[in-house]
Amino acid sequence: MIETDNLSKLFGQLRAVDGLSFTVKPGEVLGFLGPNGAGKSTTMKMLAGFVPPSAGTASICGFDVATQPIETKRRVGYLPEGAPSYPEMTPLGFLDFVGRVRGMSNNSRRGRLEEVIAQLHLESVLHQTIDTLSKGYKRRVGLAQAILHDPEVLILDEPTDGLDPNQKHEVRALINSMAKDKLIIISTHILEEVDAVCNRAMIIAHGKILADDTPEQLKQRAPSGRLDDVFREITGGANA
Amino acid sequence: MSVINTIFRRELRSYFATPVAYVFIVIFLVLTGMFTFYLGNFFERGQADLLPFFNFHPWLYLFLVPALSMRLWAEERKSGSIELLMTLPVTPWQAVVGKFLAAWAFTLCALVLTFPIWVTVNYLGDPDNGAIVAGYCGSALLAGGFLAIGACISSVTKNQVIAFIISVVICFMFLLAGLPLLLDLFSGWAPQSIVDAIASLSFLTHFNSISKGVIDLRDLVYFGLLIGTFLYANTIVLQLKQAD
Repeated sequence: MIETDNLSKLFGQLRAVDGLSFTVKPGEVLGFLGPNGAGKSTTMKMLAGFVPPSAGTASICGFDVATQPIETKRRVGYLPEGAPSYPEMTPLGFLDFVGRVRGMSNNSRRGRLEEVIAQLHLESVLHQTIDTLSKGYKRRVGLAQAILHDPEVLILDEPTDGLDPNQKHEVRALINSMAKDKLIIISTHILEEVDAVCNRAMIIAHGKILADDTPEQLKQRAPSGRLDDVFREITGGANA
Repeated sequence: MSVINTIFRRELRSYFATPVAYVFIVIFLVLTGMFTFYLGNFFERGQADLLPFFNFHPWLYLFLVPALSMRLWAEERKSGSIELLMTLPVTPWQAVVGKFLAAWAFTLCALVLTFPIWVTVNYLGDPDNGAIVAGYCGSALLAGGFLAIGACISSVTKNQVIAFIISVVICFMFLLAGLPLLLDLFSGWAPQSIVDAIASLSFLTHFNSISKGVIDLRDLVYFGLLIGTFLYANTIVLQLKQAD
């Protein structure tokens, strides 16, 4: 369960996130949509505990992100934008490090490592340093890191960016397979992705929520019934 | 504790995964050797001690330690991996201490590898080995002090060159604090107590007293407080920088 109340972030004079209030329940896959600079990433950074809110509150599983950061971080798997990692490490060393920092016991860590390596098809690159990997593999290593501890909440910032169509399909299938018992928030520019994995979509621009509905309901707002047109109509007005 | 240990081990391993470790160790060993034998007149002075060896450590560290510490946080910021690290269930203090201890352990490795000089002096004469141990302790503490300053500066910027230059300047001021060069700036107008306070901040004063073989509790407290203060400042900077 994620609850935010009037969540805001100011960068100097710029209101990157402007009073977001929403609730997400387990089983929901929420897609953040919006133009570049809409505040999607900043909102995710606040939920993940990287950027402290300027005003308002956010809680994850009942713990406040600002005052109980360790508790919320334990329950969240987070893929930052661009999937940063340590380039000089191997995927195996990196994932093992993340598991250890997350306090996983030797046995559960080994078991989960095997699972996520198989789920994300990392077997062939396990012993190669991360800086020699392709963009798609780097992204998958980042995803593996996020789901390693089987978190209740997954926050994925552009999880399929840089993947080829087959890989995109697999990552979406992976997200779908985890959707039942987890709470997942993804951000994306790819509108078809919302159709493929999300059961709720939120369109954000200038730090405000402009629409919050199921993808099906959103589509009906445009005469054409296409999400692209709805998106353009809603955010185009905000840009003008 | 296990989180600090995990971060410590990852960091230490990463030194040896890149050429940084080998370049640093080789340069350190070559320069200590050159300084000791050519500038320090190790043989000519005809005394079985390691003073000419330890005397050059502050000046070597002045450039080598900031070169090591500049990447500690600046690189994480640049590559974005800091976002990953700080969204794991890790407190800023754990991250700061883990990284610092790894960098310190690494410099201690380099220091330990200077042992041939200790073997040499024992072969040539009959030195006071207690004083030599004290000298090594002093040198280790000095490196720790420089590293703590460098780590703190590194967390302010994502530019490693800036981190390096500012660290060198601040370490230089800490080194010189006890010398007339810096004290004369204050002695003309500031009360004597302030001049004395500045002089007592000097790395050189504390290092020299330890490297002569006198391990005074006050010198240990000085380095302990200095390292603690800068690491604490490091965590504060991390938290402030996350806010914007």
